[in-house]
Amino acid sequence: MAQGQEPAYEMKSEPAGGGGLRVEISGRLEMNALEGALERFGRLLEESRPHRVELAVGGIDYLDSGGALALCLMEEAARKAGADFRLAQAGPEVRGMLALVDLDKIRRRPLRAEERGLGFVEQVGQASLELWRDFVELVTFLGDFLIALSRALRRPRLVRWQETFFYMEQVGVNGLPIVGLISFLLGLIIAFMSSLQLKTFGADAYVAALVSVAMVRELGPIMTAILVAGRSGSSFAAEIGTMRVNEEVDALEVMGFDPTDFLAIPKMLAALAVVPVLTIYSCVAGILGGMVVGIWGLGLTPYTYLHHTIDSLSAYGITTALIKSLAFALIIAGIGCQRGFVVRGGAQAVGSATTSAVVTAMFLIIVADSAFAVLFYYVF
Amino acid sequence: MGAEGPVIEVRGLKAQFGEQVILRGVSFAVTRGEVVVVAGGSGCGKSTLLKHMIGLYEPAAGSVLIDGVDIAQAREAELERVRRRIGVLFQSGALLGSLTLLENVMLPLVGFTSLSRRGAELVARLKLSLVGLSGYENHLPSELSGGMQKRAGLARAMALDPQVLFFDEPSAGLDPVTSAELDLLIKRINRNLGTTMVIVSHELASIFEIAHRVILLDKKAKGIIAMGPPRELSEQSSDPRVVDFFHRRPADAADAAELDENGGMKA
Repeated sequence: MAQGQEPAYEMKSEPAGGGGLRVEISGRLEMNALEGALERFGRLLEESRPHRVELAVGGIDYLDSGGALALCLMEEAARKAGADFRLAQAGPEVRGMLALVDLDKIRRRPLRAEERGLGFVEQVGQASLELWRDFVELVTFLGDFLIALSRALRRPRLVRWQETFFYMEQVGVNGLPIVGLISFLLGLIIAFMSSLQLKTFGADAYVAALVSVAMVRELGPIMTAILVAGRSGSSFAAEIGTMRVNEEVDALEVMGFDPTDFLAIPKMLAALAVVPVLTIYSCVAGILGGMVVGIWGLGLTPYTYLHHTIDSLSAYGITTALIKSLAFALIIAGIGCQRGFVVRGGAQAVGSATTSAVVTAMFLIIVADSAFAVLFYYVF
Repeated sequence: MGAEGPVIEVRGLKAQFGEQVILRGVSFAVTRGEVVVVAGGSGCGKSTLLKHMIGLYEPAAGSVLIDGVDIAQAREAELERVRRRIGVLFQSGALLGSLTLLENVMLPLVGFTSLSRRGAELVARLKLSLVGLSGYENHLPSELSGGMQKRAGLARAMALDPQVLFFDEPSAGLDPVTSAELDLLIKRINRNLGTTMVIVSHELASIFEIAHRVILLDKKAKGIIAMGPPRELSEQSSDPRVVDFFHRRPADAADAAELDENGGMKA
C-alpha cells in the first residue's frame, strides 16, 4: 500500500562461512521501501565484500511489485560486486512476483529519446513556419467561408435558422448584462474624469458631447467587440474544437454536410445580426452612465444633457460605428470558428485554440479599428 | 487487513437518474482474488453499476462497501485511502494526452508514494514492461493504437499495486487478437498479484476466458437475473434471458419496441 512512512520490513545480516554473507529480509517489503532497502543492502555489500550472498526471503509476509523489483536489483548489485548470489526460502508467491520483473526490459532504452529543447535558430524557424501555415489556413478558411456565405444568401432555405437563433440568444441576449454594465460604468468614468478637468475651464456643458462622441465613435464598438470575443469567440472555438476531437466534424463531412455551412454559418449570421445591436445598446448604456454624472455631479437637467448628446451625434458617426461593428462581428465569429476547425489532438489543443481565438480576434479588432480610423478620415 | 470477508460488498443498491430507475435491489459480494464479470445487454446498467462501485455516482439507496468502508458515506480522507487501494481502467484508457506514457504511469507513484523520481521511474518502467509496452516510455498516448492505450491505462491503474482493479469494457473496440492478449494479461495479473477484479464486459469469449463468476444484469428486471460461474450459467440455466445472452440469440420483437420507446439511454 502506498502509505506509512515506516519501513515495515526488517533486514538482518550475519557472516556465513568462507567469506559469505547471509541477509535475511522479513516483514512487508513494499514499494515505499524500494530505495531504502536497496541502499541498506548496498552498504552491507560494501562493508563485508562477500564472495557469496544468500538472501533469505522466507520471512516476507507481503511483497508487492516494488518489493519484487527491490529483490531483483539486490541480486544484480550482488553479482556486480562479484559475489555468488542465492535466493533462499522463496515460496511460490515470492517466485511468482519475481517472475514478473524483467530488468532487461525495464532498462531497455526507449524507442524514442526524450524530447530535447530546441535551439534558438530552430525555434525561430519553427515559429516562422507556423506563422506561415497559420496565415495560409486563415486565408483558406476565409475563402471557404465566403463561398459558404454566398451559398447561404442564394439559398437561405438551407441555412440552419434554428441554430442561428440559438446563437443569437447566446451571443446577444445573454451578453446584455455584462455589456450593459461595463459600458454604463465606462460612460460614468469618462464623464466623471473629464468633468473634473472641464470644470476648471467652466466647460462642464461639453461633458455630454464628449461622452457620446467617445462612446459612439470608438469605445462602444470596441468594448462590445472585445466582450463578445471573450464570451462568444472563445465558446465557438471550444465547441467546434471539441467536436473536432470527437470526430463529429469528420462525421458531418462524410455524411455530405459542409462543416462550414453546418457549423460556422449559423454562428457567423448570428454574430452579424447581434453585434451591431449590442454596440448600439452599449453606446446607450455609456451615455446613460455619463448622464448620471451630468445630473448629480454637474447639476444639468436630463433634458439639457440629452439635448447636448443628440446635438453632438451625426448620422455619419452612427453609420461608421455600425460598419465597424459588422466588421468586428465577422472577425470574432470567423476567427472563433477557424481556430476550432484547426484543432488536432486532445483536450490541450482545445484549450490553446480557445486562447488563440480570443487573442487573435482582439488583435485583429484593434488592427481593423485603426484601419477604419484612417479610412474614414481620408476617404469619406 | 483481514483476508477473510468480501473485498467489495454491494447492498441493495438502487441507481437512478432523475425519474428513471436504472437498477434496484442489487446485492452481491466479491471475495479476495476473484475475477467477477458484470455482463448484460446494452443499456442494462453495467457501466452505471461500475461507476457506483468506484464512488463516482452516489447510490439513490443502498450502499457499496470496499474493504468494509461505505464509499458513499466515507469522509474525504477515508475515501482517498480506499481509492488508493483500487485501480480503474476506463473505457478508452483515459490517459492524460499531454503527458508521455512514462509520465502518466509515474503520476500516482510520485503523488502517493515516498519514492524519489528515479525510483518512481523504475517502478513505472516495471509496470509498462508488465503490459508489454517497454520501449514506448516517451510516446504520447495519441501516437499509440487503441489497444496500446488501453494497456498503458492498465499500467497506470496498476501503478500502486491496487488490491482491486475495475475494468470498464476492456475489450471494446479491440481486434480479437489484441482482445485475447488483454484477457491473458488480466489472467496473469490476477494469478501473480492476487488482484481482485471487477470487469464490465459483454464479450462472450472473454467472459468464458477470464471470469470466475458472472453477474448478469437485465434492463427490464433492472437488476441481477443470474449469478455464477459462466459455464454453469450457460449450460444449466433455464431462464430464457440467460440462455439468450449466452447463446447470442436476439431478444424478441417486444424488446426492440421497448428500446425505441425508451430512446438512447446509455449503458
